[in-house]
Order: sequence, then structure tokens, then C-alpha cells
Amino acid sequence: MKFNGYHLMAPVLAALPSTGLAQGTDAAAELAGAIAVAVPTDLVFIMNSFIMLIGGFLVFWMAAGFAMLETGLVRSKNAAMQLTKNVSLFATACFMYYLVGYSVMYPGDAWLIDGVFGRLGTAVLEAVGIGAGAADDYGYASTSSDFFFQVMFCATTASIVSGTLAERIRLWPFLAFSVVLTALIYPIQASWHWGGGFLEAAGFSDFAGSTTVHSVGGWAALTGAIILGPRLGRYKDGKVVAMPGSNLPLATLGTFILWLGWFGFNGASQLSLSSVGDAADVGRIFANTNAGAAGGVLAALILTQLIYRKVDLTMVLNGALAGLVSVTAEPLTPSLGAATLIGGVGGAIVVLAVPLLDRLKIDDVVGAVPVHLFAGIWGTIAVVFTNSAASLGTQLYGIVAVGAFVAITSGAVWLAIRAVIGLRVTGEIEIDGLDKGELGMEAYPDFTKG
Amino acid sequence: MKLIIATIRPFKLEEVRAALTSIGVRGMMVAEIRGFGTQSGHTEIYRGAEYAVNFVPKVRLETVVPDAMADQAVETIRKIVRTGKIGDGKIFVLDVGAAVRVRTGETGEDAL
Repeated sequence: MKFNGYHLMAPVLAALPSTGLAQGTDAAAELAGAIAVAVPTDLVFIMNSFIMLIGGFLVFWMAAGFAMLETGLVRSKNAAMQLTKNVSLFATACFMYYLVGYSVMYPGDAWLIDGVFGRLGTAVLEAVGIGAGAADDYGYASTSSDFFFQVMFCATTASIVSGTLAERIRLWPFLAFSVVLTALIYPIQASWHWGGGFLEAAGFSDFAGSTTVHSVGGWAALTGAIILGPRLGRYKDGKVVAMPGSNLPLATLGTFILWLGWFGFNGASQLSLSSVGDAADVGRIFANTNAGAAGGVLAALILTQLIYRKVDLTMVLNGALAGLVSVTAEPLTPSLGAATLIGGVGGAIVVLAVPLLDRLKIDDVVGAVPVHLFAGIWGTIAVVFTNSAASLGTQLYGIVAVGAFVAITSGAVWLAIRAVIGLRVTGEIEIDGLDKGELGMEAYPDFTKG
Repeated sequence: MKLIIATIRPFKLEEVRAALTSIGVRGMMVAEIRGFGTQSGHTEIYRGAEYAVNFVPKVRLETVVPDAMADQAVETIRKIVRTGKIGDGKIFVLDVGAAVRVRTGETGEDAL
């Protein structure tokens, strides 16, 4: 996910046939490999841009996955609202990332505070129909493909939050939070690593964003859930009241869509498809990403059978996603077996963490906190098992730095919004359903109107 | 005339309809309902939380038949919906005071 951070190397790379800007790999070896392979620079530019566009629209499709998963796991009286939040937060993220986020995340050499806070300004693409000489980074890829790929990651981060807070948060306060998350909170911490900031300098390793994307969404969701409070009647007389989701086929479809989108999320985070090594690596990432998801499913399947005597589909779906989140920090270096194991631990974490959160009376409707935060932390730590370039200390440093920053800033934003305009719907609307109360529209009107 | 109200297992509905039609019952009304009797529900589990499903899905079938056919209709329903397990349902028989066919104005058993 580095792009602008390599601008300094552009003249060198432009003279070389291939760039191979893979994360977590040895720069010297990359350059040596680049010299050995004779790929024309035009083709390097084209193929690198191409993989980011492919990856970008696959990651875009994850928004559909989140929308279906979350809608399936809420009750039917809140389904239309959940869909509204998903499409609105996506558009909000796209706009804010264009307006501020991209420049904050990728300041190039123009940091306002070196390595900590990037540049303020809108994203600007290359002109129409440019030649090689006018490209921002001819030796690498187009700015437009990079922006398109990156904006999807920003939107993904925002998508994670909506499921946890479902069925009780009002639309506009939620979108107000999404504005701050996608304009500042996500881009600032992402600049620390992918923008070439202080975490990058420290050697932090997070290939496609177990911490940088998923934990960030998870922290924002967790602080939101604590400040917002549980759904009415969720915890009664020391017991957890089940509120079963309305449509498990939809939740399952959403999970499969996310699984598909993840090939773009992780695979295209190679950011390069211009050498034999790149092509092999991208394929390896696809296969490992898939293995991680499978591991997560199997772990959740077996664990729920053992603990509850019956398999719990919603936790199995969470298990798939936790497996995916777990391999996201390092989908390249593990073997297929290691990727399955890493994903499997992620799936186990979810099954154990869901009832734990309930015991703390933190109401996470879809399980996004265990999936994206807990499995994200695990995946970031697990990098050290297969990638010798990563160290446990640095990984923990990154986890704590990002976690503290996001927990504090998002907590402050949630509290500020609550103080100024409030966060929750009224008890009456919550009971009637947000669809009727907030939208005046129902997801399934035929049931009542014939 | 008798009104027969039968609460039955939903999957038996089609069989009951066919059997009643074959003995000459000419119409019926059905509704998907939830309720409990001796069966009194069961527990399900969702994301680690157990919960009781006290009201079990059933189909309520209602039909009005001539007095002479009532016993046969009740026996037909009972024979088909019975599985021998708790939750087979109940059949109620009530007297009907009057019946009118809207289209023709016929009354009594002629209206059935």
C-alpha cells in the first residue's frame, strides 16, 4: 500500500524495467530481481495500474457484502435503515477521502508534521490522456488507479462500524462520525505506515491492513458501542436476550461477497503486477487469503458444535471473516497450512469473544469487534511467525500506537456528537423499528400492506 | 352446520386439503398461526444466547360442513395429521347459526 512514499525512488525505478513494490520484502532483492526481468516501462505502468483497478472494484464489492451481512443480522424492522447506513457511509467515505483523506494519508514529502500528520488538500488525478512524460510516477503506476484503490480501503474501514451499532443509532449522528473517521482518523493513522510515516520507519509490517484498516474500524465500533449503550432489553436480569437476525441467507451471501472482495483487498495490496515474482506473489496471496477464510470457518464450526452442541451459522460466518482479517496483515509469506492455522485462530477468537463482549454488556449486533478488532490484533502479531523481517516488539508498537490513537479520537468524537445532537433514537422508535421511525419506510412492506 | 377448527402441523396441510376435498368438503380457510399446547415450545440458540420459542408455528384450518359430514371430516383430519408425538394439534367443532353465499343469496347448507 505504499505509493507516494516511493516518489523519491521514481527516477531510479523509471530507469529499471520493473518496480515490484511489494510490502515487507527486501528492497535490494527487489531491485536485483527488477534488473533481471526485461519488462518495458510502459507495461510496468499499465500492469501495476491494472491490478489496482481490479483490486479496487473487488474491494468496492465488499461494501455490498457488509450491507447484506448486516441487514441479514438485524431484525426486519431495522433492515431498510441498515441498508441506508451502508450506502450512505460509503458515499460519505468516498467524498471525504477525496476532499482531505488522500492527501493526509499520502503527503509525499510535504508532511505538516513529519511522519505523523500529512498534507491538507484534495486528491488530484493526472490529466486526461497523458503521455509517459506527464505521468506522476511513470516507473510505477497511475495516480488515478492508486486513488481508486485507496478510497475503497477507507470506505471499508467505515463499513465495519455500522454493523456493531445497528438497531439503535440515528442516521445523521452516525454519518457525522463517518465524516471524521474517513477524513482524518483513518487517513492519519494510515499515513504512519502506508504513507511512509513513523510506523513505516520503525519497521511495522501490516501488508493489507489487519491493523491499519480492520482494527481501526473495530476500535471505532467498540468505543461507539460502549458510548451508545446496548439495545433496549438486550441484557435483562443478568441474562443475554437473543435478538435473532431476520435473514440468514442474506447474511451468508454477504459473507461470500466479502470473501470474494478480499482477494482484491489482499491480492492487489501487492500493488504491483509487473514481474514474474509479482504474478507468483499475487497468486500466492489469493490462495493464502482463501485458506485463512477456510481456517476461520472450520474453527468456528467445530468450536460452536463443542460449546453449544449445535453449530451456530452466524458465528461460522463471523469465523470466515475473522480468518480473512487474520491473514490480512501477512497474506504473502505463510504457507497454505500456516495461513489456514492463522485464520483458524481468528475463527476461534470470534467464538470465544462474542459471549465475552455480552458479559461486559457491550452490544455488538454483528460481531464486528471480535472479527475486525480482535482478529486484526491477532493477525498483526501473527506476522512474526512467517515473516522474519517483522519483530514482535514493532508489531505490538504499531498495534498500541494505532489502537490508542483511534480509541481516544473516536471516543472523543462519539462523546462530542452525543453531547451536541445525541446518538440514539428514542425508546419508542427503537421498539417500533428504525425503518418506520427514522425512515418512514419498510424493507418488507408487503407483510403489512398486502 | 358445523365449524371445524383444526390446528395442525404446517407440513400436513396439503395432505389434509386433498383428503377433505376427496370426501366432499368444498371449501376451507387456512392461516399461519403460532401457539402452544402441551408441546409448549422449545429452546433455540443465537450467537451464544439461548432463548425459548414458546409459540410454535402451526396452521389453523377452518371449514364449515353439513352436520352429516362433521364426524367424517373430523376423523379424516385426525387420521392424517396424527404422528403420535406431542404437538399434533387439536380439533374443535362448533355449531354454526347461519351461512350465506354472497353471489346468489343462498342460505344454510346450500350456501356451503
